[in-house]
Amino acid sequence: MTILQAVNLDKHFGGVAAVTDLSFSVTEGEIYSVIGPNGAGKTTLFNMLCGYYVPSGGSITFAGKDLAGMETHQIAAQGISRTFQNLQVFYNMTVLENVMVGCHMRTRTGLIKAALRLPSVIREERQVREWSLEALTLCGLEHLADREAGSLPYGELKRLEIARALASDPKFLAMDEPAAGLNDTETVEMRQLIQRLKERGITILLVEHNMGLVMQISDRVLVLGFGCLLAEGTPQEVQNNPAVIKAYLGEDV
Amino acid sequence: MNRLKGFYVYAAVVALLPILFPDNYFVTVVGATILLNVILAVGLNLFIGYAGQISLGHAAFFGIGAYSSAVLTTRFELNAWLAMLVGLGLVYVIANLVARPILKLKGHYLAMATLGFGIIVNIILVQESSWSGGPDGLGDIPTLSLFGFDIDTDLRWYGMIAFFSLAAILVSLNIIDSRAGRELRAVHGSEFAAQMMGVDTVRTRTNVFVLSAMFASLAGSLFAHQQAFVSPESFGFGFSIEIVTMVVLGGMASTYGAVFGAIVLTLLPETLVVFEDYEMLIFGGILMGGMIFMPQGLFVFLTQKIRTVLNHRSGPSPKPQDAQKTLECDS
Ligand SMILES: Nc1ncnc2c1ncn2[C@@H]1O[C@H](COP(=O)(O)OP(=O)(O)O)[C@@H](O)[C@H]1O
Ligand SMILES: [Mg+2]
Repeated sequence: MTILQAVNLDKHFGGVAAVTDLSFSVTEGEIYSVIGPNGAGKTTLFNMLCGYYVPSGGSITFAGKDLAGMETHQIAAQGISRTFQNLQVFYNMTVLENVMVGCHMRTRTGLIKAALRLPSVIREERQVREWSLEALTLCGLEHLADREAGSLPYGELKRLEIARALASDPKFLAMDEPAAGLNDTETVEMRQLIQRLKERGITILLVEHNMGLVMQISDRVLVLGFGCLLAEGTPQEVQNNPAVIKAYLGEDV
Repeated sequence: MNRLKGFYVYAAVVALLPILFPDNYFVTVVGATILLNVILAVGLNLFIGYAGQISLGHAAFFGIGAYSSAVLTTRFELNAWLAMLVGLGLVYVIANLVARPILKLKGHYLAMATLGFGIIVNIILVQESSWSGGPDGLGDIPTLSLFGFDIDTDLRWYGMIAFFSLAAILVSLNIIDSRAGRELRAVHGSEFAAQMMGVDTVRTRTNVFVLSAMFASLAGSLFAHQQAFVSPESFGFGFSIEIVTMVVLGGMASTYGAVFGAIVLTLLPETLVVFEDYEMLIFGGILMGGMIFMPQGLFVFLTQKIRTVLNHRSGPSPKPQDAQKTLECDS
């Protein structure tokens, strides 16, 4: 079943066409990867998906709902979450608190209830802590829960962003270059983590430059070049596509 | 309870001081002013320190609270507590109305817009003399009374203000340690990521602006009854800056830091006579120096220094790894 559908998506910044006439659909439960050289428009696609950029044309539908006109927090409420290529960690909080923010949509306490610290608030705090530790454990970060987020090395910050997104219990997780800057061991751990997320039933939209990783775990791959769709298919099909080899993979060899 | 250990110690000191020194001017009069300023600083700290916004017009809300109490009790002979509530309601409405256009702005623009708002309110207080008394102000404001007791001595005022001041700190501590508080800090940390976690950041910023304005309104009402007199002078740009300085000096994003800032900045002019002529100059200097040399604030700066010294004595402690922050944004 299709969970995400993009139809004739366009985005230009003044004269720069970042995404052009892009259509694709993601099936529930799969790992769908988007690859392409730097500047191909992958992050722009993510930013349109989560309401940060307004598409210049076309539409995005999630679980049957048109996302047009929705603000980022409303899109998040549909069950979409993401991680960021340039980290957007809350550096003014501890690791655990970062993830606790992820539980925002699963809880209710507002300013007044919080000010009075009603018993329901204390109960909710306990629940949020539990959920957050669960997400941290899944990402292998539970031992760092009380550290200041700013004191973590890069690889762990990447996993922290995933834990934070997981805490919101998303149906769909968009990951922007989760393995960028990681060493080999960390990359293997990241692959295992992404696979665990898939096993939990989360649909994954993955942007990644590490071809080994992409070809190993993706169900389907979309290749972008200068904002246009070059090819789409299984890792096998994409790897053997002459247009792709010429335009993209060829450069890497 | 561990969470409130600091609060209980502070509350004990606030309660003990007037018992030990009931006739000391510094305790009952300067002390009461400090406690009043604590309400303002702690409230504004929620907006500036935690949510990472800026307001250079908070004296206006202090003024609206004060004038609501003054006008309603002198001209309409309304019960003082009711007048205080009306003031809070008025500030709630005004802050919400102002927030809508203003909070779309960020950084310098937000600073300028709140500055403008503060100036407008001050001009209204001066110009609308038919009800505000104009530049001469309004006098003969009745005092508060509680259970039939008039709050008519310095000591009683100290107690009254201490009660609200402690309540303000408790409310701030409670909020910060909750979903609502994390929402504020998330907006400060990364507004985009906060939105992605489902936070309606425009609403968050509006709510905390309104809340901090209501803290100021409450302080204003207390101030009006305590002084029995109000004039526009007390609610000008200078005082807005003074509250911001308290927050910044004490350390952004720390409730106790804001308390500390309020104490230091209230005591300074009382202890240094030379201050009178150069007040603004010195506040400006403290603000600039603080931002440059101690961006985390004097309070945090000092507590860290003390901790380092203590740690040194008890042997070396593991150094936290340096933060690897990516400052640029995904936009
Ligand atoms: N906010 C923006 N303003 C102007 N141009 C942008 C903006 N965001 C992206 N672009 C441009 O859009 C193109 C695609 O960028 P991006 O989506 O970041 O690529 P990728 O993530 O695939 O490396 C690039 O040419 C980039 O310069
Ligand atoms: Mg990118």
